[in-house]
Amino acid sequence: MTNSFDAQPDNAFSANAARTERGAALRASSPDDNLYMLGISKSFNGVAALHSVSFTASSGEIHALLGANGAGKSTLMKILSGAYRADVGNIHIGSRPLHIKSPADAKRQGIHCVYQEVDTALVPQLTVAENIMMDRMGQANRSWWVSPRRIRQEAEKAMQSLGAAIPLTKRVEQCTLAEKQMVLLARILAEQAKVVIFDEPTAPLSHEEAMRLFQMMRSMRDLGVVVIFISHRLPEVFAESDRITIMRDGQIVHSSQTDETTPEEVVRHMLGKTFEEEFPKEQAVIGDVLLQVQGITRGRKVRDVSFDVRQGEIVGIVGVVGAGKTELSRLLTGVDVYERGSMSLNGVPLIPKEPADAVRAGIVLVPEERRKQGVFVQESIQHNISVPLLKALSLLGFVRKRNESCLAEQMRDRLTIKSSSVKQEVKYLSGGNQQKVSIGKWLETPAHVYVLDEPTKGVDIGAKSDMFRIIGKLVQQGKGIVYLTCEFNEVIGIADRIYVMYDGELVQAFQRNEVTQEQLMFYASAGQGGEWK
Amino acid sequence: MNTGFKDRLLNFCFRYGAIIVIIGVVAFFSVRLPYFFSSANLADILRSISIVTFVAIGVTLSLIVDGFDLSVGSTVSLTTVVTASLMIWYEMPLVIVIIVPLLVGAVIGCINAFFIVKLRIPDLLTTLAVMYIVAGIHKTYTKGYTVYNNMQFEDGTKAPGKMYESFLQLGKGEVSFGFFSVPIPVLLMLIAVIGVHVMLKHSRFGRQMYMTGGNEEAARLSGIRINRIRTIAYILSGMCAAIGGLIYAARVGSGQIDAGSPLLMEAVAAVFVGFSVFGAGKPNIIGTFFGSVLIGVLVNGLTMMNLQYYTHDIVKGTVLILALAVTFYVIHRARTA
Repeated sequence: MTNSFDAQPDNAFSANAARTERGAALRASSPDDNLYMLGISKSFNGVAALHSVSFTASSGEIHALLGANGAGKSTLMKILSGAYRADVGNIHIGSRPLHIKSPADAKRQGIHCVYQEVDTALVPQLTVAENIMMDRMGQANRSWWVSPRRIRQEAEKAMQSLGAAIPLTKRVEQCTLAEKQMVLLARILAEQAKVVIFDEPTAPLSHEEAMRLFQMMRSMRDLGVVVIFISHRLPEVFAESDRITIMRDGQIVHSSQTDETTPEEVVRHMLGKTFEEEFPKEQAVIGDVLLQVQGITRGRKVRDVSFDVRQGEIVGIVGVVGAGKTELSRLLTGVDVYERGSMSLNGVPLIPKEPADAVRAGIVLVPEERRKQGVFVQESIQHNISVPLLKALSLLGFVRKRNESCLAEQMRDRLTIKSSSVKQEVKYLSGGNQQKVSIGKWLETPAHVYVLDEPTKGVDIGAKSDMFRIIGKLVQQGKGIVYLTCEFNEVIGIADRIYVMYDGELVQAFQRNEVTQEQLMFYASAGQGGEWK
Repeated sequence: MNTGFKDRLLNFCFRYGAIIVIIGVVAFFSVRLPYFFSSANLADILRSISIVTFVAIGVTLSLIVDGFDLSVGSTVSLTTVVTASLMIWYEMPLVIVIIVPLLVGAVIGCINAFFIVKLRIPDLLTTLAVMYIVAGIHKTYTKGYTVYNNMQFEDGTKAPGKMYESFLQLGKGEVSFGFFSVPIPVLLMLIAVIGVHVMLKHSRFGRQMYMTGGNEEAARLSGIRINRIRTIAYILSGMCAAIGGLIYAARVGSGQIDAGSPLLMEAVAAVFVGFSVFGAGKPNIIGTFFGSVLIGVLVNGLTMMNLQYYTHDIVKGTVLILALAVTFYVIHRARTA
């Protein structure tokens, strides 16, 4: 299975268009504003996360920082933004050394972070202008008095330099997600930001919203800000960034101008492996029908959904964010209860009222929100993996510790979970390894059907191909897989049958090798409102 | 380097702080009070903490499932007078005298669980309301009078019964093991502490309780019936308080009004002191036991130093806030670091 990132369907991401624009842009860059992180080392509990990393980003560039999960990029950025402190190493802007001891320090020195959760940083009852100027108002050395007129003027200025237009008197609680993000960016600009870190900023956004965000990112760059851009989505990285730096195993392994490299080369550097390994599709015998879903409905989010899953089959359900995939996965596994329709597993009718009912019947969920729903971050790998198996591991109600740790060791090797031991708490694992724990707990249960909701979200490419290998093993054992995702290339890579979900309904069905990414994209964004030619 | 030392000092405080404070307090009282370290007094301390420990075990269980049970104090009050009245007013057989209060505790736990688990009212508010309801019931039941042997009613008649000698053994009796003898309530307490500890540490149910409290959503998706687990936790909490009430009645030999109200505070303090015993950082029974030892020693010592009883709340409150400070400060640092 080959997969070229240049063949991405959305033309707006096309590298050429973005580059032309970039050439014409005015630069206010100056070497005095360049960011230097020199010889940064950091270890946690004796495990080195960063080995003497030196990272340089110039003023007036969008610098993409890439790497598999656990490569050290978030650790490096957390050191920059003051959440962690480096063991060794120093940070400069131009020739000025910075002493960053806390996130507040970092902000004072002009280093800002843009988080996905915009709501935590904004006050919903205040106006857009007041939110933009909030940091300013909060500072102790400012005057006691707040002039609404000056607030408006300065907020206006910040808005304009971003090229954004929201009424300044609008209250933030009435803003859309994208507008809130604009407010946040304007606020960062109003604070004379020198470095702005965008950590996976497009994950919760629709396509247009993402485009608008990139527009603002470019505006910031043109004002001479160092823009650091972290993303797992290579098409947008290639379309938007000026320079790419790649980390692996706590070191920087590659850095070059974006137009001097290719997606294939980037993936090779991230993985240290070749690109072809991305979708190892295992051959499996497809058998009898396992799960039959007939017209299940709940509210507007899932409407009249029917499909079936056979033994050894991977059924892909694709759709854009908000199409109702997560809601469907919750109905299938009893997290929510469906209002109409029916389900049967192995021919036996199933009306799960609670996840426990679904689990007992043999249908299990690997949820999208891994840290909140998939794993117990405070608990060890061992305790996480044994949760659904406690009954089998217990004698007279008491858990047999030896069997439990045996199982965990076995699962750790089988899934190649990177950790110091099975007693390690899950919160110290990288996203990909947490995902392996989240799916690993089901592997020894007698489950027949696995419902996987966005299993590769926030997972690096190395762990991704491990996930595909695990899924391949499952279908070889005759399990059925429901694979819900918004990554079109993934379903094309591994699914035997593909359904397109649009606005709560399944609108199209395809066999393997019968459909292209462009077609899927088309139906996922147009529903039944057209025919692909 | 400086911060490293500070971190280690904090961690040390978190791990051994509570133990060091207990040893320090015992040493202080032993030096100041000649009779403090006598075997009679130590047995007395253990006897008095047995009630608090049972109540605190209940609070621990509710905290483990990420809940809170404020109603335990009132439950002790109610079960104490119910126990006494069953003997003094109704002269019921011993079995009933013991079973009915346990059922009362279980019912209160069920009521809490219904409002918290089914109707999703926040635990603190639910149990606060239930605490007042139960307190009201126990005063209404006794019309505000203490229930004592052959008590006189308002209409001049006398209650027929007395507290049974066999029942009083529960609070005052001793079991002798060759050279030394152990008071029965202390023995019951030790059995409960060890039993519940083993249950929480090693049983499937205990594991499911910690999982439910740690991440309710993940626990549910993993197939744990969290509503059942939480309901059982509240019922057990009510029953632990009921056992506390039984022992209280047996120790005092009457059904005192408002017997349990100071116990809520002591139990909560004991549980939170327990967070920082050996650096557990979460509710645990061994910690809770050490917590009630600390509270018991303090109350006993302060009484012997002739501090008025009404000043005790100041001391107990201070212990609670210090325990909370250590626990939450260290947990917060661990989360952010």
